[in-house]
Amino acid sequence: MWIRVYAIFIKELKQLSRDRMTFGMIIMIPLVQLMLFGYAINTDARHIPVGLVDLSQTAESRAVEQALVATQSVDFIARYRSIKEAEVAITQGEIRAALYLPSDMTRRLFNHPLYDHKQLDSALTLPIGQWIVDGSDTVIASTIRALRNMPLDEVANHTATRTAPSFEVVQYFNPEQRTVVNIVPGLVAVILTMTMILFTSAAIVREHEHGNMEFLITTPVRSMELMIGKIAPYVLVGLLQVAIILSVGHWMFSVPIQGSFLSLLGGSILFIFASLTLGLVLSTIAKTQLQATQMTIFILLPSILLSGFMFPYDAMPVAAQWIAEALPVTHFMRMIRAIALRDASLLLLGKDALWLGLFTIGGIIIASLRFKKKLG
Amino acid sequence: MTSNNSEQIEYAIEAKGLSKRFGENIAVNKLDLKIPKGSIYGFLGPNGCGKSTSIRLLTGLLEASEGDVTILGKPLQGHEESLKTRIGYMTQKFSLYDNLTVRENLDFVGAIYGFAGKRKKARIEELLALYDLEKQTKQFAGSMSGGQKQRLALACATLHSPELLFLDEPTSAVDPENRREFWERLFDLCAAGTTILVSTHYMDEAERCHALAIMEEGNKRADGSPQALMESMSATVVEVSGNKLRQLKQTLTDHPDILSAAQIGAHLRVLVKKKVHDPLLFISELSNGRESILARPSLEDVFVTCTGERYVD
Repeated sequence: MWIRVYAIFIKELKQLSRDRMTFGMIIMIPLVQLMLFGYAINTDARHIPVGLVDLSQTAESRAVEQALVATQSVDFIARYRSIKEAEVAITQGEIRAALYLPSDMTRRLFNHPLYDHKQLDSALTLPIGQWIVDGSDTVIASTIRALRNMPLDEVANHTATRTAPSFEVVQYFNPEQRTVVNIVPGLVAVILTMTMILFTSAAIVREHEHGNMEFLITTPVRSMELMIGKIAPYVLVGLLQVAIILSVGHWMFSVPIQGSFLSLLGGSILFIFASLTLGLVLSTIAKTQLQATQMTIFILLPSILLSGFMFPYDAMPVAAQWIAEALPVTHFMRMIRAIALRDASLLLLGKDALWLGLFTIGGIIIASLRFKKKLG
Repeated sequence: MTSNNSEQIEYAIEAKGLSKRFGENIAVNKLDLKIPKGSIYGFLGPNGCGKSTSIRLLTGLLEASEGDVTILGKPLQGHEESLKTRIGYMTQKFSLYDNLTVRENLDFVGAIYGFAGKRKKARIEELLALYDLEKQTKQFAGSMSGGQKQRLALACATLHSPELLFLDEPTSAVDPENRREFWERLFDLCAAGTTILVSTHYMDEAERCHALAIMEEGNKRADGSPQALMESMSATVVEVSGNKLRQLKQTLTDHPDILSAAQIGAHLRVLVKKKVHDPLLFISELSNGRESILARPSLEDVFVTCTGERYVD
């Protein structure tokens, strides 16, 4: 049996190494995605273009403006004479939000309970200004919302009479709250899903399309041997990609890799096998390479959206969580983040590891059963 | 292991009522076959007549809709896998790997058939010499000529020295020179005891077979040795010469007792039904006294006689 598995393994490896395009993609996909997610995509919104409607026109109103610019959250790119004009600009998309400072802003500021030491029980609790926000983008809206309680001590020339916070928060594992720290390990899961399923989903179909299968099935080769021999080379490809993403992520984006090498290797291998068998199952269903690619995308989209890569798993409704649980990537997403960022051991993640293992065994059996050594 | 056993088996392939339907379409209709061991048997017929489907049914690649098949003394059903080490199959389309070299292809096929180490190396060297591929060992299969690809495919199909070899239109992409050589190799294999089933649409190739079946639209129209087929033909061959043969051809073709009339050089080759007692006189009357002689039937005449709308049973 192993002679045949080895023969298929060597054959696949040789074919892969001669396919320059595919070989290039193995390296380029992780690098390009890493650059995109590392540099371009950031869920901490900064420098949001906003407008200002300043009816107060005082030293205080300018100080408020400067204090806001200093936070780097917003850039005041335009001034408007009225709320109406600002609303039109928001509709047009020139600005995402506008700050309205009423003509009595200075009085409101000094009467504000936070800064008014003398009249602690002041009846005047008016806000000093108002933000009008394009709320359709929740990230932008929440960034502006976060400015609601912005301290204006310097503007008011007063230290705020603030009470102690109810809770103190200590941020473990990512104290600077950089998005990229969470993204890079997640990217391992997404890229492996993409490439592993894509490569193997085409594997059996390609043999059919090139006419190799007709010969192959008249030989004594067994389904199981063909399946194992076909996916084995891609385990190496997958590990290479894991190494690329984690090392580049570590050197370029200073993502800490806390976990042990063995746990990383073990977790990655489990997930690679699960993805490859999923691809194989697709390969036994698809009739052409185009169909195989379409099915891969069908799996890929929920994998990216539901796995917790971009949106927190815990925030999803229960039904979506069930779907997510069925996808191998969700389990690996938890594992790789736990191992890489929190130094969890593979044993600590036994449930996810077990699930990936079972998925692989089930997948291989289904693929072997579905793959009949028959034509038509 | 079964060599003693298989000596006693008379037929390499026996099929009874073998049928294959694809939906409404009947690809192979109640095919009966008895192919003796050690012979070269041909399937002759136009494209789409069910040759390839028949071969796929006999190799176990396709599941038959009806019928029984016995291969090398064993019922095909249930023994597909164990028979795979005893049969070889060369597909119509080149089915080896274009981006592997000749040696890599042979290495792969060798390993699939369970060859390893020195045994594999020796067998591959033997095949490279036999099929004249020694200079191409490092060439990619995809970049070879039609003849070279065909030799490589034959080498791979016979690597495990099968007792029964299926060849599906093996010479369709090969020039006449290479075709001659190829057939010489088939006779070598046959002399070594291999039974060969070959499909073709070339008359000259069919004539080389020990026996053949003429197929049309999934039906076997006739079978037997080329000689017997020609002798038992249900028509007489008459060659008519003279001028204005194109017009004459039209007149003759329209007559119900004439199966076909085809121009070959300066004369018309006319197939007259056997029930016409004096074909020469019959033709002479139809052709206003043109000169005509009786001719020796060819395999093509047999083919024309038993296929087409007017074929006679």
